[in-house]
Amino acid sequence: MNPYLFGYLGAAILLLSGLSLTRKNPVHAVLYMIVMFFHLAVLYLGLGAEFLAAVQIIVYAGAILVLFLFVIMVLNIKEEMEGERFSVGWPFGISIAAGLFLLVVLITGNIVPGRQGAYTPGVIAAQTNTKLVGTLLYTQYILPFEIASLILLVAVVGAIVLAKKKLR
Amino acid sequence: MDLYNIVFRPETYSPLVQVIIILAKALVVVGVLMLHVTYATYFERKSIGHMQVRLGPMRVGPHGLLQPIADFIKLFFKEDIIPAAADKPIFFIAPAISIFAGMTAISVIPFFSGFVVANINIGLLFIFAMSSLNAYGVVLAGWASNSKYSFLGGLRSSAQVISYEIAMGLSLVGVMMMAGSLNLSEIVQAQQRFPGGFFWPQALGFFVFLVAAFAETNRTPFDLPEAESELVAGYFTEYSGMRFALFYVAEYIGMIVMSLVGITCFLGGWNGPFAIPYIPFAWLFIKLYVFIFLFYWVRATVPRYRYDQLMALGWKLLIPLALLNIIGTGLVKILFRG
Repeated sequence: MNPYLFGYLGAAILLLSGLSLTRKNPVHAVLYMIVMFFHLAVLYLGLGAEFLAAVQIIVYAGAILVLFLFVIMVLNIKEEMEGERFSVGWPFGISIAAGLFLLVVLITGNIVPGRQGAYTPGVIAAQTNTKLVGTLLYTQYILPFEIASLILLVAVVGAIVLAKKKLR
Repeated sequence: MDLYNIVFRPETYSPLVQVIIILAKALVVVGVLMLHVTYATYFERKSIGHMQVRLGPMRVGPHGLLQPIADFIKLFFKEDIIPAAADKPIFFIAPAISIFAGMTAISVIPFFSGFVVANINIGLLFIFAMSSLNAYGVVLAGWASNSKYSFLGGLRSSAQVISYEIAMGLSLVGVMMMAGSLNLSEIVQAQQRFPGGFFWPQALGFFVFLVAAFAETNRTPFDLPEAESELVAGYFTEYSGMRFALFYVAEYIGMIVMSLVGITCFLGGWNGPFAIPYIPFAWLFIKLYVFIFLFYWVRATVPRYRYDQLMALGWKLLIPLALLNIIGTGLVKILFRG
């Protein structure tokens, strides 16, 4: 991946996340998040994960954030904008985050790149990313995949139970 | 032949030249698209007029042929009114999002063998991504206008588009399974083995796709986001002049995109029953006009759905049907291909 492109994407993602956190208007915050997701999708594209990039946009930008907007739009924006943006404990939270960041910075010098696996960019390009993801998900990683689907099923059942007022 | 290489094999040139070739191709496609959008409005008014025993536009030019140009000039010079309480930046970008999402989706559609602006492996997924973005234009326009009619239109649209996107995605899974690819050119080529493309083997999928396409483009009988008897004009009530025109254009681009996706995935794309000499894209455009006429025909025939009926249709009929289609396609594929 082109280092300049990576630099731009990284900087843009950081900036947009910051903007999305600090906006007073929740609708604007969600919009910055959408733009951030687009940068993330381009990052995936640059890494050769085109399927992931498309799914990132379809699922996150296309479905989840539309639902976010749907809920936020029904809120009373004026009331939301008058309240404080952060809760009382924010200095505490930010110091933990800063500590973790420092830890990551200290570690980066000692990172050893792992052995090259079977799925090099050449192999992925020849077989197409979508096909490889599908094949691996349904053969080698079938158990984690099924566990994930079970967790989602529990969430679906939970949502229906919460939404139904009267349970028989 | 030089021209052949430029049009069909741009990868043989240096990256800079490739960019120029792609830009030129994109310009051609956008030009043709805008011309079609302009005359799609005329085609709609004429065909619906004749269905209702009227003449449709007759005054500007012979048989009203210059009417779209007159409309454009009128909208261009009209005063642009912005509501005082509107959220201005979002009010400005909302129509742009709608129109760009539609135009970007066209870039992966193959117009004839080898001619496609961006021949990417995930073409079909890319179209889903862009059509899901289309919803933002509508939803944000509804919210940013700060008017209750616009707002209700935006809310209706977001719920409707999310519901029908699932049905549409699932309806095309059968096509992906039969073609074994997400690349639209490869999907068209895979259909050559079947007379009439994937229309007959995927008839159920095509039905689900068709209904979902009407809902995604907010066309009658699913035009609830702009139901004029309840919501004035729905999400674009507060828009005027050029910005209103952008929404109008975006609606027609949406229709053309959906028609093109349907044609490439179910009706054999640029291939036809016999080859038309010298015009390789002839069949695609003939199919496109028929498909667009279908949108108008339905509009002149079917009354609007009620909102709960719309949701029930999407979730309780179309999604189960699409799932059934996937299971059926999979079974047939296992049984007959070893």
